[in-house]
Amino acid sequence: MEQYSAAEKIYELFSEKALALGIPEPVLVIAAYAIPCLVVINLIQGAAGMLTYAERKISADIQNRIGANRVGPFGLIQFLADGVKLFLKEDIIPDAADRKLFKLAPYIVLSSTVLAAIVVPFGGSFIVADLNIGLIFIIVVSSLLVVGFLMSGWASNNKWALLGGIRSAAQIISYEIPTALSLLCIVLITGTFSLQETVMSQGLWPWQWFIFHNPFSFVAFFIFFVSALAEMNRTPFDFPEAESELVSGYNVEYSGMRFSIFFIAEYGSIFIISGLAAAVFLGGGNIGLDPYESPLHMQLLMVGVFFAKTVPLCLVIIWVRWSMPRLRIDQMLTMCWKYFIPIAFACLVATAIWLLVFNGNGIFWRMPAP
Amino acid sequence: MPTEYLPIVIFMLVATAFGLGSLMVGIIFRPHRPYAEKLIPYESGNIPVGETRSRFHIHFYIIAMLFLVFDVEAVFMYPWAVVFDKIGLYAYIEMILFILILTVGYIYAWKKDAFKWD
Repeated sequence: MEQYSAAEKIYELFSEKALALGIPEPVLVIAAYAIPCLVVINLIQGAAGMLTYAERKISADIQNRIGANRVGPFGLIQFLADGVKLFLKEDIIPDAADRKLFKLAPYIVLSSTVLAAIVVPFGGSFIVADLNIGLIFIIVVSSLLVVGFLMSGWASNNKWALLGGIRSAAQIISYEIPTALSLLCIVLITGTFSLQETVMSQGLWPWQWFIFHNPFSFVAFFIFFVSALAEMNRTPFDFPEAESELVSGYNVEYSGMRFSIFFIAEYGSIFIISGLAAAVFLGGGNIGLDPYESPLHMQLLMVGVFFAKTVPLCLVIIWVRWSMPRLRIDQMLTMCWKYFIPIAFACLVATAIWLLVFNGNGIFWRMPAP
Repeated sequence: MPTEYLPIVIFMLVATAFGLGSLMVGIIFRPHRPYAEKLIPYESGNIPVGETRSRFHIHFYIIAMLFLVFDVEAVFMYPWAVVFDKIGLYAYIEMILFILILTVGYIYAWKKDAFKWD
């Protein structure tokens, strides 16, 4: 089956005209790939903005407040006002800071967050690059975050920031193991790392999703989701930020635009992780049609289905933040090392047994004929 | 040329360009009035005392070492998971043996209180 990426389609559409105009081919290829990249990066920034708005509104509702309601209808463009404010703020670099590392850290955090979006299938054929190592790629780039957080914590030369950075590193690397193992349960079923293929082997109906493939993948979904909360430093695992003890953690010395880069990365990763969970466990944008053969309006419907699954997950993440108190650090580590890692291993082994016994079939899901 | 990996380079460039660009353009608009008090490390309003990069809990090192062990072992799981449906029972037995050996180490770490935070 011939598969096209969005970039290849753009290239096909414009290549003849552009080559006739005398534009060299490498430039054209790079331009064709740059268009989806720009779209997705803007999508993530927009999502991050909307999520900050959602966070403020939902927290206000939960705490019986009104929340942002001044800028625009219902305060909808509050995030733009916040962005402009941060843009106009003074950029302070403390004297004691290691200037090079201090300046570099936000870029590492931002690029490792947006890089993960390359392989997220947004439904239909809308995916920047359907890498055959998609899931490994996501795990790899999300562990780059640790470098950025440690770097910002160390370079700030501030006790709060250093503690926040170290806590963040310990937490992210601990929870990376259950995250990876729970994703492997699904890789066992599909036999591929490509996220587009993972989505395509599911279906429209809930019983065709991998979360309901077998009882162990159901457990794996929750392990993945909670570990992802920890990897994003979200409450109840927000030790690195811990407003009440570390003020703001690793980013305490950052101000203005540098701070907002951390902020965009944090909220962007909420969107990306939700998208990943939707794609791997909840069927993504699959409506039972081949995404590469369908007409455009069906593909847009697939995108709609993908967002209909991703947005509720984002809202759950926000909901959890405003309902749960912060754990203690020893509870966080106990939960990871004594519960999540053994359970994730057990899920992996049990999924393998299930696949052997039932010949690759799930409870309702059937192995496609080769 | 493996063009499917090209977006990775473009993404990194665009993300960096976004950060750099917004900081560069911001120079025109934002104020720049540093003075000595503003530039000392923030410690909730107090003058910072003592060494900043002080010693921290030994347990962070233990976590890092445990992570290394388990993550390297997870690396072996990736190729196994991909080819599992093609190899079947043989692959399964091999991996069970591997996980059993790992479990011994895991129990040892547990008994040595490596997962305990005090």
